[in-house]
Amino acid sequence: MKDICEDIAWAKINKDVLKSLENPRKLYWVILFVAIAMVGVAVGSEIYQYMDGMGVSNKNNTHVWGLYIATFIFWIGMSHSGTLLSAILHLMHADWRKPIYRFAEAMTTFSLMTAGLFVAVHLGRVWQIYYALPYPNGRGIWPNFQSPLLWDAMAIFTYLSSSILFLYVGMIPDLAICRDNMNPGWRKKLYTAFSLGWEGTDRQWRNFRVTYLTIACFLIPLAVSVHSIVASDFAMSQQPGWHITSFPPYFVAGALYSGCAAIITLFIILRYVFRFEEYMTLPILKKIVRLTFAIAMVWTYLNLIEYASVWYGHDQASKDVLIQKAIGPYAPFWWTMNFCGTIVPLIMFFKRFQTHIPVLFAVSLLLNMGMWLERWMIVAPTFSHGYYPWTWDHDQWPSLVQWGIVFGSFGWFTLLFMVFCKVFPSVSMYEVKEMVYHRSQATKKLVASGKLATAGLNADNLNADRGAH
Amino acid sequence: MSVSNLLENWSDFRHTHPVDDVPHNPYKWAMSIDLDACSGCNACSVACYAENNLPVVGKEKYAHGHSMHWMRIERYWDEDISTEGGRDFPDQGAQFLPMMCQQCEAAPCETVCPVGATNHTPDGINSQIYNRCIGSRYCEANCPYKVRYFNWYDYPTTDNVWPAEMNQQLNPDVSVRGKGVMEKCTFCIQRVTVAKNNAKNEGRLVHDGDVQTACQQACPTSAISFGNLVDPKSKVHRQWQAQQVELNKDAQTKDKAENNEEGGGSKEEGGSLRGYRIFEELRPYPSVMYLERVRESAV
Repeated sequence: MKDICEDIAWAKINKDVLKSLENPRKLYWVILFVAIAMVGVAVGSEIYQYMDGMGVSNKNNTHVWGLYIATFIFWIGMSHSGTLLSAILHLMHADWRKPIYRFAEAMTTFSLMTAGLFVAVHLGRVWQIYYALPYPNGRGIWPNFQSPLLWDAMAIFTYLSSSILFLYVGMIPDLAICRDNMNPGWRKKLYTAFSLGWEGTDRQWRNFRVTYLTIACFLIPLAVSVHSIVASDFAMSQQPGWHITSFPPYFVAGALYSGCAAIITLFIILRYVFRFEEYMTLPILKKIVRLTFAIAMVWTYLNLIEYASVWYGHDQASKDVLIQKAIGPYAPFWWTMNFCGTIVPLIMFFKRFQTHIPVLFAVSLLLNMGMWLERWMIVAPTFSHGYYPWTWDHDQWPSLVQWGIVFGSFGWFTLLFMVFCKVFPSVSMYEVKEMVYHRSQATKKLVASGKLATAGLNADNLNADRGAH
Repeated sequence: MSVSNLLENWSDFRHTHPVDDVPHNPYKWAMSIDLDACSGCNACSVACYAENNLPVVGKEKYAHGHSMHWMRIERYWDEDISTEGGRDFPDQGAQFLPMMCQQCEAAPCETVCPVGATNHTPDGINSQIYNRCIGSRYCEANCPYKVRYFNWYDYPTTDNVWPAEMNQQLNPDVSVRGKGVMEKCTFCIQRVTVAKNNAKNEGRLVHDGDVQTACQQACPTSAISFGNLVDPKSKVHRQWQAQQVELNKDAQTKDKAENNEEGGGSKEEGGSLRGYRIFEELRPYPSVMYLERVRESAV
């Protein structure tokens, strides 16, 4: 089965994708309004917390961090798969990524934006948040460059700005197509401004390719560094359960894992909502599922390494934290986390489920639930059972305010993402055309050399529409 | 102000290891607490509330773990009360441990603060700059003793903290903290500063006894001593020396002696020593030495 139908006319690609900007299924509006309602919950919770103080989130002097930090890591992690698909697979010439990388890249950008909000939500004095940035000032006061939190701020800032740039640059030729096909109105003005006068000349294409490749190369180390640094928040501290050398690779694997699972979820939703069945095809889904399965196994390995190194490390405090995770008050969550992270992905091993949409939808949500729990299980148990026995506190639970903000963050992400998909083409038109062209050329060659029997090939149809490019 | 300025003055900005590269001359404030003398009366804690404008958060917030006791009295029982033979209060009295910020020389809280709101002073106190704190709470997360306290609410304006007229008793030498900042024991830095200034005006160093912390002053059994560790005449210095506890070591003679005993070695060296510091093996180099309890009966 082929990744994509090789005789799609180029004009049809334009038409199908442009249609997604105007004419989604009704489900789109349902999702959008649910997302807005969720954001409402979060905004309400945040206002309450801002006015009254952090105490309403039911953290205390033992549990100083809670769901905000856990969910922050979750959203940072979510952002990694976009870069994986758009940059790493681009360099590896895996062309099956082409119909799906645009929304993955958008996912990167918006999940980073969501993660950034959690930094603000978490702070006791959010109105002084700019203290954490190294801005020039007359008093000679700088942030503390030894602090992993500061590295965090810088890494996220860099990654976010690079991701936005990457997303935008990759979209320019498509924006020009939108511009050329729109009736006059605000959309036309928007696309005209954003397409930067793109005409598709040879020189423009050459510069475009070089720029795109450069940013892709720049983005890959950034993606690895940003989650390594988030891991350093824990690994560089001195607390039992956090002070583990393997955390950076473990976090990066976890990030790719939850990101890939999220791509499966969004793939299934977008495919239905925007009628992208011809572009987001099942063979492509199968490839993502296999990739996710591989990453899931890497994560499982690193997860077991973490337990093993703690268990055999002879640090009694760390060991106690691990035991507490398994049998203490967090045990249900910890076991669910391990089940969702390690056992559930095994379903993806079976061929018949690799393209089974309802099963994959459920699995991808379960995987992400597991990955969210993983982050929580890294943050919370260390507080409840740290070094100092007098401060052990096993009965502390996040309040509804915390849950409300975490819940609303999913709405916020969905809102941004859905608006993006309605305003900008979420399937890369020019790259799908390239993919169709290259694939059909390859097939033609095979046929010419007699290695493949002709089967309904219609290459003329392709060439006739090249002008639309 | 430029980045080059920052890079050139890096050594002024941060010290690599406070124990090694700051000689602490002429002052290094330190404490020793005799657990044998401590009767767990909580006078120190009350004195600290009065001296440092600590908000009294009330029953409900206390139950949520929002209490602000910079100096707290911890209670421990010898045996696990859940097992047979273990006795609970009141059959068995508790052992007490007064716990406050240990003013670590290599403080885990200092390096992790993203804005540099907590720093080491040249006289060895781990200072907290309330105006600079943005409330990331990383310091508390990384504190092995969990002795930092966060302002979870805006206590100065919360009605049950200092009811009308009660705000008249606030100490004018200590700032009242608003919501969202971290705070902790300062070794009564306001008193230390006054003593240092007075001594400077008279052209001398601070004598032992010139400055007392609030907890020390209130302690009925004089379990707490506070003073300048560099000054050979100070009580703290003499106590640390007698117990062979050294600031820049991560294991003291007493620990080595105990290890010897366990390993079948002799008890000759350091067998009668009582001085120890909590979590020395984590190498925060705390400035508070505790003297082990020797009396048989609990209070």
